[in-house]
Amino acid sequence: MTLTAIIFAGILTYLTRMTMIALISRDMLGDKIKAVLEYVPSAVFPAIIFPGIFINDFGTFIEMNDPKIFGALVAVIVGYFSKNIIATISAGLVSYWFLIFVVFS
Amino acid sequence: MLSKKQLFTRGMLDISPHMLSVIPFGIICGAIGVELGFDPYLVYAMSFIIFGGASQIVFLQVLSGGATSLVAVASVGIINSRHLLYGAVLSEYLERLSFIKKLFISYLVVDQGFAESNRFFRKNRNQEFLHYHLIGTGCTMWVCWQIATLSGIVLGSFVPEELGLKFAIPLTFIAIVVQDLKKIDHVIVMITCGLSSLLFFDAPFKSYIIISPLIALFVAALLSRLKK
Repeated sequence: MTLTAIIFAGILTYLTRMTMIALISRDMLGDKIKAVLEYVPSAVFPAIIFPGIFINDFGTFIEMNDPKIFGALVAVIVGYFSKNIIATISAGLVSYWFLIFVVFS
Repeated sequence: MLSKKQLFTRGMLDISPHMLSVIPFGIICGAIGVELGFDPYLVYAMSFIIFGGASQIVFLQVLSGGATSLVAVASVGIINSRHLLYGAVLSEYLERLSFIKKLFISYLVVDQGFAESNRFFRKNRNQEFLHYHLIGTGCTMWVCWQIATLSGIVLGSFVPEELGLKFAIPLTFIAIVVQDLKKIDHVIVMITCGLSSLLFFDAPFKSYIIISPLIALFVAALLSRLKK
């Protein structure tokens, strides 16, 4: 029963991946649409970033003094200047850990 | 001109820093599935069949919360519908591939792989075997995801929960978009998407994950009209 559901979920997921790649050709997308598609990363990833920071595991908003906000700010600053993915992630995690294990403990 | 092997390797290298967040997240995903009481084989089957990060956790949580399979499947479909946008962007670069190759390569499209390969494609439009970069990012992600979820399933959540490693996921995506903060139009689009995602967070089937990008792209369309 669950396996059937997993297979359907898998097929559906595959279709989301395949549809545009396999069925769209260059002529179908005009210049205007291409210009808008350049914004896709900026238009999609904040929908993963913002809830990951501002909403906790129980689906409610965090307090404004939550360590995650500080960690995210540090990650943005370090990422902006270092242009390095590992430095960005580490800086965010370490500053978050510093707050929850040292400052707020 | 770079060879297929060079492009593949470049793809692997470009995505590998993200494994810092992907591997702990995969371990958590595997462990959660077993903790929720699902058959370990089924939990692993998801990594192979769905291969879709957060959507796998949501699937199991929805089912264990007592909802029908239909709701669980619909949630996965809606969460993963963002791939349609990735596909639309990538189609331009994958156009010359045969239909069969397109079918295979599609299975490997993931968030971080799309982000890194798209960045590479834009700078290297003239390379002949561009798609090998996407295969490189996708395969790296696939192998790491299988190993990570499998270790979570077998070993349980050996990553201490107190570390809050789920937080590494937003951080990995911050690393992806942070350079675009230099451009004011991108900043506006990002803030639109972020605020919409919080506003629509409680919308059914986790649909905020596609509603907010669509709102943000609408704003992007207005902005690109203004720029002319």
